[in-house]
Amino acid sequence: MSGSLEAWLQTPVAIIAGMALVTAATRYAGYLLLARVMLSPRTEDALKTVPASTLTAIVAPTVFATDLPEACAAALTIAIAWRFPALAAIVAGVATIAALRQAGF
Amino acid sequence: MSYVASPHSAGASFSLGVLDVMPLVVGLIPFGLIVGAIGVQVGMEPEELMFMSLAVFAGAAQFIALDMWTTATGASIIATTLLINLRHILMGASAYPIIAPMPAWTKLPFLYVMADENWATVMRRSRTNPPVTPAYVIGVSLPMYLFWQVSCFTGTQVGNVIGDPARWGFDFVFTAVFLTLVLGFWRTDGRFAPIGASAVAALIAARVLPGSWFILVGSLSGLLAALLTFRPQTGRPETGQRETGG
Repeated sequence: MSGSLEAWLQTPVAIIAGMALVTAATRYAGYLLLARVMLSPRTEDALKTVPASTLTAIVAPTVFATDLPEACAAALTIAIAWRFPALAAIVAGVATIAALRQAGF
Repeated sequence: MSYVASPHSAGASFSLGVLDVMPLVVGLIPFGLIVGAIGVQVGMEPEELMFMSLAVFAGAAQFIALDMWTTATGASIIATTLLINLRHILMGASAYPIIAPMPAWTKLPFLYVMADENWATVMRRSRTNPPVTPAYVIGVSLPMYLFWQVSCFTGTQVGNVIGDPARWGFDFVFTAVFLTLVLGFWRTDGRFAPIGASAVAALIAARVLPGSWFILVGSLSGLLAALLTFRPQTGRPETGQRETGG
């Protein structure tokens, strides 16, 4: 029985269904938890900082620990976004990195 | 009915959402093409790959699953997917106050397709122009979901025609957008401690831990820093007033 279950688990459809299941679980879990638990003001306040720190964690290795083009383009993106619309900063950042990479950096 | 006070009609809200998420959608397209092409290369049927894109809808997890596809066991692919997506738990928790008042037909599908891009866009709007309406949430999420499917399917049909998306800087679209979002969050709530803690922890974790643990480590370190630097008297300033440090 466990042998045939293991064999079934190797079929593409079963693997994908498993991936979909665990992914959906992570997507609903945080919401469902908060629907049931009363938060202290401290925790509620901390959750508000999650977007900034999660996005920071995603980009940090790219920005600080990849290569020169990434660091330059990131610095330029931030500098432009400081004063100008985000879209201008994004276009400039992508153009910079494409140019630096084409140039062989 | 709680959205009547919104200055925008549903149609205008939807369009705003589409507009706000567009740079991220453009960035996604080459990666969808690649995922589709790799899927066929590792021996998947186009239908199987599309089942994955429709049901899982998680770019990073799909990439890594395809990389493991021919060599790893199903259980280890599923476990890796879970690990890569654990950050969704924190994301869903932080989105709770914004989407809780929305009708089930908006929030249940939104949570199912909640990814870094649409979540971050919704969170930013909740800071800059609250309240966020259901139409906006749909406007942000629907194009992302549809374009991911279309680009993955195209990839299965035409194979890898664009080469390495990094060559054209497509990979940097996400970094650039996320950087501008972080800057925006920092400006509206003025707290540097969570961002700094997250950056340092993520850098260390990226060096010493395998895979994408660094995202979760950074995110949780930011949360911890926020808990430790909490000051009850500080509300979040609505306009430009900025303070740094904990």
